[in-house]
Amino acid sequence: MTLFYFFGAVAVIASLLVIAQRNPIYSVLLLIASFGALSGLYVLLDAPFVAVIQIIIYAGAIMVLFLFVVMLLNAPQEETDFDARVHPLLRPAAMRLGAVLAIVLVVELMWSLTRITASGSFPSGAVISVATIGRRLFTDYAFAFEVTSVLILVAMVGAVVMAKQDTARGGK
Amino acid sequence: MPSLNDYLLLSGILFSIGTAGVFVRRNLITILLSVEIMLNAVNLSFVAFGRSLGTADGQIIVFFVMTVAAAEAAVGLAIVIALFRHRESLNPDTFTTLKW
Repeated sequence: MTLFYFFGAVAVIASLLVIAQRNPIYSVLLLIASFGALSGLYVLLDAPFVAVIQIIIYAGAIMVLFLFVVMLLNAPQEETDFDARVHPLLRPAAMRLGAVLAIVLVVELMWSLTRITASGSFPSGAVISVATIGRRLFTDYAFAFEVTSVLILVAMVGAVVMAKQDTARGGK
Repeated sequence: MPSLNDYLLLSGILFSIGTAGVFVRRNLITILLSVEIMLNAVNLSFVAFGRSLGTADGQIIVFFVMTVAAAEAAVGLAIVIALFRHRESLNPDTFTTLKW
């Protein structure tokens, strides 16, 4: 119980800091912390496979990709004088509309969840092993698994095509 | 033991933080990071529901969501690089025209 609150608090606070941070590099590093906390929550949920691939794929691969692009672009931290003066969470009314929408979303989600009357405690069961997941993945979900490989291939080709220098028009 | 409701509440909070990030921030990289926060919030609810139902389906769906997230991050970051090369900026307000 206490571990749940610890990991949950780390995930929420790190995620809040991600969107409150000016420098994208700090955002990426804080998001890795948030993913680590989520991985702990997956362990608490008896899902060791998901916990491990959360660390390896998300924190290891995807976030390194983000970090690489942030350092490659070497972008200015903020774009305008206004951005430099005013913190992103303290913008005038029209810009706060998005924050208001997000708060409305929070309130509605919380309201709908507090109306659940059934007890949601988990049944005691065996941990789902990696072998079970693998077997399901290559039998019931075999088609989706193969389609995923095509998706990755298309994403790879697309990323190369979009990111390469436009030499046909003389480049820039 | 924390119940399913607790996990769904946490998932809802994380999803709302991600949504707020997409709306509030004006940096393309941070917006993509907020999308990742939202995907992870949904992953958490998938795993919690899978644990509640006692099946492996929740974890398998999370596997596919992670694959799609990797593809999305690769293509999204390639678009960001292409846009930055054109305008030397990461502010989405800069990219208001379809052709230049």
